[in-house]
Amino acid sequence: MNDRVAIIGVGWSGFRPVSPEYSYKELMYAAAQRAYHDAGVDPRKDVENFITVAEDFDEGTSIFDEYTPDQLGAVLKPMHTITGDGIHGLATACMLIKTGQFSIVAVEGHSKASNALSQDRITGYAQDPVTNRPLKLNTHFVAGMEMARFLHDTGTTQEQCAQVVVKNRRNALDNPSAPYAAEMSITDVLSGPPLATPLGVREMAEHADGAIAMVLASEEVANSLTEIPIWILGIGWNNGSPGLENRNWSRMEFVRSAADMAYRQAGIQDVTLAVDFAEVADIYAYKELQTLEELGIFRPGEAGPATEDGLTQPYGSFPVNISGGCLGMGNLLDANGLARTLEVVLQLRGEAGSRQLDDVSVGLAQSWRGVPTTSGAVAVLAN
Amino acid sequence: MSMRKVAVVGAGMTKFVRRAQETGKELAWMASSMALESCELTMEDIEAVCLGTAPDAFDGVHMKGEYLSDGAGAFGKPYMRSYVGGGTGVFAPIQGWYHVASGLFDLVLVVAEEKMSSYYPHAQGAFLTIFDHTTERPLKPNLLWIFALEMNRYMQTYGISKEDIARVAVKNKRNAADHPCALLGDADITVEDVLNSELLAWPVNRLDVSPVSDGAVALVLAAEHVAKRLTDKPVWIEGVGWNLDTAYWTNRDLAYPRYVEYAARMAYDMAGITEPRKQINIVEPYDPFDYKELHHLEGLQLADRGQAPQLVVDGITNRDGDMPVCPSGGLLGVGNPIAAAGLMKVAELFWQLRGEAGDRQVPGTPRRGLAQAWGDLMQVGTVVILGR
Repeated sequence: MNDRVAIIGVGWSGFRPVSPEYSYKELMYAAAQRAYHDAGVDPRKDVENFITVAEDFDEGTSIFDEYTPDQLGAVLKPMHTITGDGIHGLATACMLIKTGQFSIVAVEGHSKASNALSQDRITGYAQDPVTNRPLKLNTHFVAGMEMARFLHDTGTTQEQCAQVVVKNRRNALDNPSAPYAAEMSITDVLSGPPLATPLGVREMAEHADGAIAMVLASEEVANSLTEIPIWILGIGWNNGSPGLENRNWSRMEFVRSAADMAYRQAGIQDVTLAVDFAEVADIYAYKELQTLEELGIFRPGEAGPATEDGLTQPYGSFPVNISGGCLGMGNLLDANGLARTLEVVLQLRGEAGSRQLDDVSVGLAQSWRGVPTTSGAVAVLAN
Repeated sequence: MSMRKVAVVGAGMTKFVRRAQETGKELAWMASSMALESCELTMEDIEAVCLGTAPDAFDGVHMKGEYLSDGAGAFGKPYMRSYVGGGTGVFAPIQGWYHVASGLFDLVLVVAEEKMSSYYPHAQGAFLTIFDHTTERPLKPNLLWIFALEMNRYMQTYGISKEDIARVAVKNKRNAADHPCALLGDADITVEDVLNSELLAWPVNRLDVSPVSDGAVALVLAAEHVAKRLTDKPVWIEGVGWNLDTAYWTNRDLAYPRYVEYAARMAYDMAGITEPRKQINIVEPYDPFDYKELHHLEGLQLADRGQAPQLVVDGITNRDGDMPVCPSGGLLGVGNPIAAAGLMKVAELFWQLRGEAGDRQVPGTPRRGLAQAWGDLMQVGTVVILGR
């Protein structure tokens, strides 16, 4: 068995609000080419196993697995789809390598969200067709209700949520791959149109197109191929209740369980001491605060004040979403987790350019698959 | 490199029916609870859940894996859904295998569910959207039509007759008469019945095709040290293989499934099998169409190219033959709830190798069996080898 797994190559194409001149295949090809080049591997000769994360309805194609191998160099190779987030894909690659049967595995995730005319109607089809869908609850309405419950239970304020938007979109100004970078004030965020009160339009991540590929390897191979392997110390995933009627609306217990699994593997007792920075799913601004509390980085009700005090700024004691997060880089559907992981890898390699943090050695990436799911994953990485 | 051994320790299966009254979640839970009961475990014991289910379009549910999660017992657990089209049912236990073989988990529940009857008026409609939106969909192909092309190519290449192929449907539907969960078992069916059934897309007649079905199957997988505590009769996963060919199926020779060969070779290597025709005692190849059983036996290296029909003629593939093929009754007889049908084949090997297959039990004491599924655009092969 292989005990340690490292990310040895990353590549991406995008990210942009629309990409009319490229198909998803071209986006995937570009990202994969860069990842293989970065890792110094040939997909036809060296990569033994391939994984794509995708959902049929997002692609507009049934059995989308059909259209994954050609542009990744995976024809006549072991390849499969995981209908999960990119971090689920990374977890799968870790498991494959840890069996001892495979040394090099590639993972790919992408978004061509601009192809869909009505993205929130697609996500509406993810609700239980018998018990939930007849209520005709719009996806963002569900998020608005959840936000109201979170604010009520924790005492978090709308201003604190707005501060997440201000921070992340400003962080994105230093990320050349982030299309939603902006200099905004809390007033700018809160004076925008409402989406589902208390949630405002400007507190929701807009969609973006793009693809991300990563190459993972066993310890022996990683050490032979790269000077800067990024080790996956722990990776966890978990599901809560898929039904809207029987879940805890102010909590994300599945994030806590996924984090506990990752921390256990990484031997982490106190995450605030062990981890230097995090990239978390901020599909809605309040989600960043809720997630930071579930990850154990702040106590319940304290993520909002901490954000207000600048603790999660790039210069703060625990930087969060230096990349700009989903709010700055765009919601990349199931590639979101890979986008979060990508930033952690670049920071740990010291390749993050003008947004590079000083002296970081351990970073955390987290994903959530959006309303109405209770599906999340957490990865802890180190250089 | 040394590998962690993984065993199947329990299995459960619902009836395969044309139109289940239960929801997909309920079907998943029925199979899961039967699998748990069969090895005297509860959900408390299960550390992770793997799900297999085919197109979301059947149920009209986006993120079908998320929807089915609590039905499959995944509440509060690490859970993922794998997806390789029709190959999913045999991939799901591969997914379970790597969960356990990685060392991350000791006890994993593998669930495959399909509810095709929700699609109105017919589940075939869901397959209209599997084709390339630019190059193929304008031609309005459907699945029956492209498989008719492949069947015709197979027949023409080797000079195989429709009678030879119909024998497979007869064998499997007769075998299924002994399966308590079967939808289309028929002890009295004849070759003439198959040849005289309604023509769908030449050379495919209605009885050459497996039926649209609803159903679910579940397995419990365990690491070696746990398996030995749970049962005296663990059945080991000796080898797994999977392989995905290009999406451009029109550019391939359809007479031979190369991706099945590669998947089989991967599994044989892992299992240390050098002479599969001698070392595999029971075969459950994927038989959504009768010609596919033959096609797949050749891809699996269990018959020479174009020679698989002769094995059927000679009775070698009968339940009491030298190499029983689809003793369960296969998809043609038991039914074809896509992902559940694939996992049914692995469950059948589990029951056969433990001597628990009842009226379907093959004679002797089979040592090893192989299950295989196929999917996407005639493109993916998935193989699992189980042994005592």
